[in-house]
Amino acid sequence: MASTHILSAYDDELKYLSRRISEMGGLAEQMCSDAVRALVNSDAALAQKVISDDVILDHAEREIGDKAIVTIARRQPVAADLREIVGSLRIASDLERVGDLGKNTAKRVIAVQGTGVPRKLARGLEHLSDLALVQLKDVLDVYATRSAEKAEAIRIRDEEIDAMYTSLFRELLTYMMEDPRNITTCTHLLFCAKNIERIGDHATNIAETIYYMTTGAQPEGDRPKDDSSNTLGAITE
Amino acid sequence: MTDVVSPAAGIPKAKSVRRDIGIKRRYAAERRFRAYGIAALSFGIIFLMLLLWSVVSKGYTAFQQTMITMPVEFSQQIIDPQNERATNPQKLMTANYPVVARNALAKLLNVSVDDRVAARAIGQMLSDGVRVQLRDLVVANPAIIGTTQTVTLLASGDIDSAFKGQVDLTVSQENRKINDQQLGWMKQLSDSGALAKHFNGGIFVNGASSRPEAAGVGVALIGSFYMMLIVLALSLPIGVAASIYLEEFAPKNRFTDLIEVNINNLAAVPSIVYGLLGLAVFVNFMGLPRSASFVGGLVLTLMTLPTIIIATRAALKAVPPSIRAAALGLGASKMQTIFHHVLPLAMPGILTGTIIGLAHALGETAPLLLIGMVAFVANYPTTPLDPSTALPVQIYMWANEAERAFVERTSGAIIILLLFLILMNVGAILLRRRFERRW
Amino acid sequence: MNMMSESAVEKALDQKMSDASHKMIGKDVSVYYGEKRALFDVNLNVRENTVTALIGPSGCGKSTFLRCLNRMNDTIENCRVTGKITLDTDDIYDQNIDVVELRARVGMVFQKPNPFPKTIYENISYGPRIHGLSKSKADMDQIVEASLQRAGLWTEVKDRLHESGTGLSGGQQQRLCIARAIAVSPEVILMDEPCSALDPIATAKVEELIHELRANYTIVIVTHSMQQAARVSQRTAMFHLGQLVEENDTDKMFTNPDDQRTQDYIMGRFG
Repeated sequence: MASTHILSAYDDELKYLSRRISEMGGLAEQMCSDAVRALVNSDAALAQKVISDDVILDHAEREIGDKAIVTIARRQPVAADLREIVGSLRIASDLERVGDLGKNTAKRVIAVQGTGVPRKLARGLEHLSDLALVQLKDVLDVYATRSAEKAEAIRIRDEEIDAMYTSLFRELLTYMMEDPRNITTCTHLLFCAKNIERIGDHATNIAETIYYMTTGAQPEGDRPKDDSSNTLGAITE
Repeated sequence: MTDVVSPAAGIPKAKSVRRDIGIKRRYAAERRFRAYGIAALSFGIIFLMLLLWSVVSKGYTAFQQTMITMPVEFSQQIIDPQNERATNPQKLMTANYPVVARNALAKLLNVSVDDRVAARAIGQMLSDGVRVQLRDLVVANPAIIGTTQTVTLLASGDIDSAFKGQVDLTVSQENRKINDQQLGWMKQLSDSGALAKHFNGGIFVNGASSRPEAAGVGVALIGSFYMMLIVLALSLPIGVAASIYLEEFAPKNRFTDLIEVNINNLAAVPSIVYGLLGLAVFVNFMGLPRSASFVGGLVLTLMTLPTIIIATRAALKAVPPSIRAAALGLGASKMQTIFHHVLPLAMPGILTGTIIGLAHALGETAPLLLIGMVAFVANYPTTPLDPSTALPVQIYMWANEAERAFVERTSGAIIILLLFLILMNVGAILLRRRFERRW
Repeated sequence: MNMMSESAVEKALDQKMSDASHKMIGKDVSVYYGEKRALFDVNLNVRENTVTALIGPSGCGKSTFLRCLNRMNDTIENCRVTGKITLDTDDIYDQNIDVVELRARVGMVFQKPNPFPKTIYENISYGPRIHGLSKSKADMDQIVEASLQRAGLWTEVKDRLHESGTGLSGGQQQRLCIARAIAVSPEVILMDEPCSALDPIATAKVEELIHELRANYTIVIVTHSMQQAARVSQRTAMFHLGQLVEENDTDKMFTNPDDQRTQDYIMGRFG
C-alpha cells in the first residue's frame, strides 16, 4: 500500500480494517496462549477469562464484516483494494475461528481439572501450541508487511505442526490403551491438540489469503500436509 | 465480421452478403450538394469582382488630376493696376487671376495673347479653379506681385479627360468640348513635362463645385462623420439600454411580445419611410434646419436602432446561462450580474451589431434626400446644424452630373465610401477578436 | 481494552453525527412549474457539518429541491414554491429575507464548471468584492489565498493568479468554482452534480475536497451517480417522481435501505 488514494477517507477506512485485523490477531494469539497455559496449569480463572474474551473477538469480527460491507458499498473497490477488503473479511473469520478454538480449549480446562494433565503430555501440548502460536504470530507480522514470499514460507511450515500433532495423537492413544481411566482426560486433550493443530491450519489459511491479497493469485500447489493421524487407527488394529 | 455479429439476424453463415444501404447514392447526393454550394459561391464572387472591377476601373483615375506646372508672372498691371492693395484688401480678392494664368500659359506655348480666339482657347485649358489657387497664393504673400513664380495649376476638366484618354477623338471637333488645336497644345505641354498627372488630394478636401476638377467630397465626409457620431452617441446607449431591459427585466407578456414583433418589423421598414418621418417630425414639426447633419443623424439613428436592438438582444441571449447562474449563485443582484458579467461577454456581439448598423447608416441615401441633404454645399459645415451633404448623397448628385469628368469622380467617391465601409467592418472584426473570450 | 475504546470513539462520533443540529429544514415543500407539480410535500432536514446527498432518477425533483434551498428557482418563470424552508431559524421565503443575502449564506456550485471568463484572482475576489467583505487589497489577497487553499487549488495556481480562469482544466475549474463559493464564507454549499462533467481523477479530487469541507460547511449535493453519493455523503435522500422516498444514513442506505424503491434504484433494478 505504497500510494494513497485521492479520497483520504477511503484510505482511512482501509487502514481501519487492517488495524482491527491486527488487534483481533493480537487478541486471538493471547487467548490461545492463555488457554494452553490454563490447561497445563489447571488454571480455571485464566480459562474463564479466555472464554469471556471470545465475545470481544466475535464482536470485532462482526464489526469488520459490517465495515467491509459498507466500504464495498460506498467505495466500489477494485483490484488491490477489493482483494484487501475481501481478504480482511476472510482473515477476520479465520481469526474468529482461532478464538473459538482457544475458547473450546479453555472450556476443557474445567473438565480435566480433576485428574490434571500428565507432565509428559503437557509438555507435548505446550510444544505443539508453541509451534502453532509462532505460526500465528509470524503470519500476523506478515500481514503487517504484506510480503508474499514470507506468506509462502509460512504456508510451507504447517508441515511441522502436522507432524507434531500426529506424534501427540499417537502418544494419547498409547495412554488410553494403557489405562482406560485415562480415556476421559485423554479424549479432552486429544480435542485440545486438534484445536491447536487447527489454529495452525487457520494461520496457514491467513498466509494464503495474504498471498492472494498481495499478488492477486492463489498460491500454487497443495499445501504440504504431514497429518497422518487419520490413518493411525488402522495401523494399531 | 457479419458472421460473428449477427447470426441471429438470419444472415446465412456461409457467405457474407453486403446489403445495399445506398452508400453510393448518399455520397452522390453529398457531392451534388457541394457542387451547388461551390456554384453559388462562384456566382457571388464573380458578381462581386465585376462590381469592384467596374467601380475601380472607372474610378481610380479620379485620384489623379492633370496639372500644368509653369512659371507665372504675377503682373501688377493685371492684379492691381492702381496699386491700391494697401488701402483696399478687397482688391486682391477680386483681381483677374484667370488672365494671369492664361497669359502665363500662352507665353509657355509661344502664342500671342492678342490673338483673341487662341487666347480664349488657352484660357479654356485651365480650370476656373486657378482663380482660387492664385488668389490664395497672392493673399498669403502679397510680396510675390511683380515677380515670376513656378506654380502648378489645375488643368480644366476637359483637358483632364482628354489627357486621361477618356474623350473619343474620332468625333469631329465641333461636337466635342476640346478642339484639335487645344489637343496639340496639350501634347506639346505634355512632351515638355509641364503637363502631367498628379495625385488628386482635392477630391478628399474640396467641397461641392460645378467644375469637376475642383469638386471633392470634403463636405460630404464631414457631414457623414457628424452623422455617424450622432448615430453612435444616440443609438448605442438607447439600443443597448432598450435591449437589456427587454431581454433581462421586462416581464414576458403580450405587450412585450408586441414590442418585440414591432422591433423586428421596424428593421425591415424601407429607409425612405424613415426619411418621411424625419421630415415630418424633425424638420416640419420641431423646426430643425433642413439639410443639417444633425437631422440626418437623428433619422439614421431611428433607422439603426432596430438593427442594434436585435443584434444586442441576440448577443445577450448568447451569453451562457451558466455565467448568470454563477453570478446569481454568489449573491450578485440582477443588475450586478448583467453589468459585471453578461454585458462584457455580450460586448463583441453588441459592437459588431452596432458597427454593421453604422455601416448601413453610412451608406444610406434615401432618407437623407427627403430631409434636404441633397444640396450644393461648397463650405465646410462647422457644426452639425450647418447644411452639409453625405457621402452617398454626394455620389448620387455626381451621378446626375453631365460632364465626363464627373463619371470618374462618382466612381472615385464610391471607392472612398467602400473604403470606409471596409474600414468599419475591419474595426468590427478587430473589436470582436479583442473582446471575444472563451467560456 | 484498546479495542473497546476505539469502538467507543466511533460510536461517539456516530452519535454526534446523528445529533447534529439541523442547519436547514424543509417542511412540506412543493414546487410547481406553471401547472405542473414538480415536488410533492417534501420534508427533508439538512444536518449541520454533514454532506447530504440527493439521489434519484432524472426528473425526480432532486435538483428542484436543491434550487429551492437558495431560491435559485426564483429566476425561473412560472415557478412557485409552497411550504416552508428555514435556514437556522430564518424562513428563507419570508418577505424580510433578501435573496441576495440568502445566496451569500447559501452558496452554489453548478453542474458545468462555470468560472467567469476573467482571471483566477478576479473569479475568487468577485463575491467578497460585491458583498464588501474586504477592506483592503491585502485583505482581499488573503481571502483569495485562503479560499484557494481550502479548495486545494493554491499550489496549482498560485503562480498564475492573473491568468484566465477558463484556461484551467475541467477539474481545476470546478474547484475554482468551489473556491469562489467559499470566498464569501457561506454557511451552506449546494452542489448540483458538480462532477458530471469531470473525468474520474478530477472527480476524486473534488470528492476529497467535499470530504474536507464538511468540517466547516454544511453541504448538500445532488448527484446522478449513486456511487458518488455513497462516497461523499453521510446522509442520503432518495427522490422519486417528485417525492422524497427515503432519507437515511448513507451507510444504511447503501447496505440495507428501508424502502423497496430505494433498494431497487440503487441496485439498478428500477422499473
